[in-house]
Amino acid sequence: MAANPWFSWTYVVENADTLWAYTVQHALLTVQAVAIAAVIAVPLGILVSRIRWMSGAVIGTAAVLYTVPSLALFAILAPFLGIGRTPVLIGLVVYALLVILRNTVAGIDGVDPAVLDAARGLGYGRLRVLLRVSLPNALPSVIAGLRLATVSTVALVTVGVVVGYGGLGQLMFRGFRNNFYRAEILSATLACVLLAVVLDVAIWAGGRALTPWRERGRP
Amino acid sequence: MNVLDEALLWLNDPLTWTRRGGIIDLGAEHLAMTAIAVALAAVFAIPLGAWLGHTGRGAGAMVTLGNATRAMPTLGIILLLAAGGLFGDTATVVAAAIFAVPVLLANSYEGVRGADPAARDAGRGMGMTGTRVLLQVELPLATGLIAAGLRTTIVQVVATIPLAALAGGGGLGQIIAFGMGTQRYGQVLAGGMLVAALALVLDGVLAVAQRFVTPEPLRVDTRRR
Repeated sequence: MAANPWFSWTYVVENADTLWAYTVQHALLTVQAVAIAAVIAVPLGILVSRIRWMSGAVIGTAAVLYTVPSLALFAILAPFLGIGRTPVLIGLVVYALLVILRNTVAGIDGVDPAVLDAARGLGYGRLRVLLRVSLPNALPSVIAGLRLATVSTVALVTVGVVVGYGGLGQLMFRGFRNNFYRAEILSATLACVLLAVVLDVAIWAGGRALTPWRERGRP
Repeated sequence: MNVLDEALLWLNDPLTWTRRGGIIDLGAEHLAMTAIAVALAAVFAIPLGAWLGHTGRGAGAMVTLGNATRAMPTLGIILLLAAGGLFGDTATVVAAAIFAVPVLLANSYEGVRGADPAARDAGRGMGMTGTRVLLQVELPLATGLIAAGLRTTIVQVVATIPLAALAGGGGLGQIIAFGMGTQRYGQVLAGGMLVAALALVLDGVLAVAQRFVTPEPLRVDTRRR
């Protein structure tokens, strides 16, 4: 029986192209899903935090969707949307949505009332309070939500193998099918974790740049 | 015939449910695997979390662990276990238990740590030892959070087990994996609906149970805002 090491540097070097291609596919899918989710969730979060009665319904619906297991969601979407990228992307957006929505609402709700009072006392109108006071103060919480959503999306993409589009998950599964090619499975898994870390740090750095007034801390 | 009709037709056939290896068998297997995985994780994580919360040690490690496991692709772990020779249902249960640990650990830690300091002081003032403070003051105060952690964990494990079907494991995920393999998309859809329904129903039932096990004065509005 041929040796089947858990990790082999030769494998990584010889398959650098493949690894890179799947990593790029994985990263693009993640970024796109989180971006779409953010574009929907942040304005929705702002709206919901203004109109109280909506918040229970909207967040409740999002929470129910979040409870649906990823494999089941992909399986439900695939027969209608076809095999491939679309069902995975839509599924990922659904999961990222709740995380970002919750953090946006929590961020806006958590703004110090004294600060809001001060702004109103200075003669700020509702829109200006929102844009100049509430949103900048809620930004750290929104960014925390984006980080959480990104990291879990990176892990979730792999489940996309069930509909044939799972980024690095595709490579893991191929390794599994190829007589348990351990080096391939482990390399893909490590690449996946690494990608999560890189994207997380990138968003953390972006957030830091956007909120220069905050105390400096580690990520 | 469209996919939805196909799925409903398949679900409507009594034999799909009652035959050996049918939906009832697979569902029972799914729940049994869930129970074992959650029990394994709970036996390890709840005492450890409670003890760490009691001593106040390991907060940083807890956060790191929580973040690291979130980034870990479950599928990768299951496939790695399979490649290491741990196959089928055992591997699945182990992997699901691994992923259940951080949530339970964090919640029991937070629950014990967050017990009212006045109550803790009162316990000490009455001459209770550290262990008795933990068992008779802090843990009862932590039941709400621990129950919430168990609920999250159980639903999460129910959602994780179908992944194992891709690596030859059992449970309801088999229906999806089999349907995909044979391009019977009606079955894929039906399997997806079954797994989703199981998770949602279980979450609802557990929400009620969580309310019952939480001591009355500690009940807060648990609706997620």
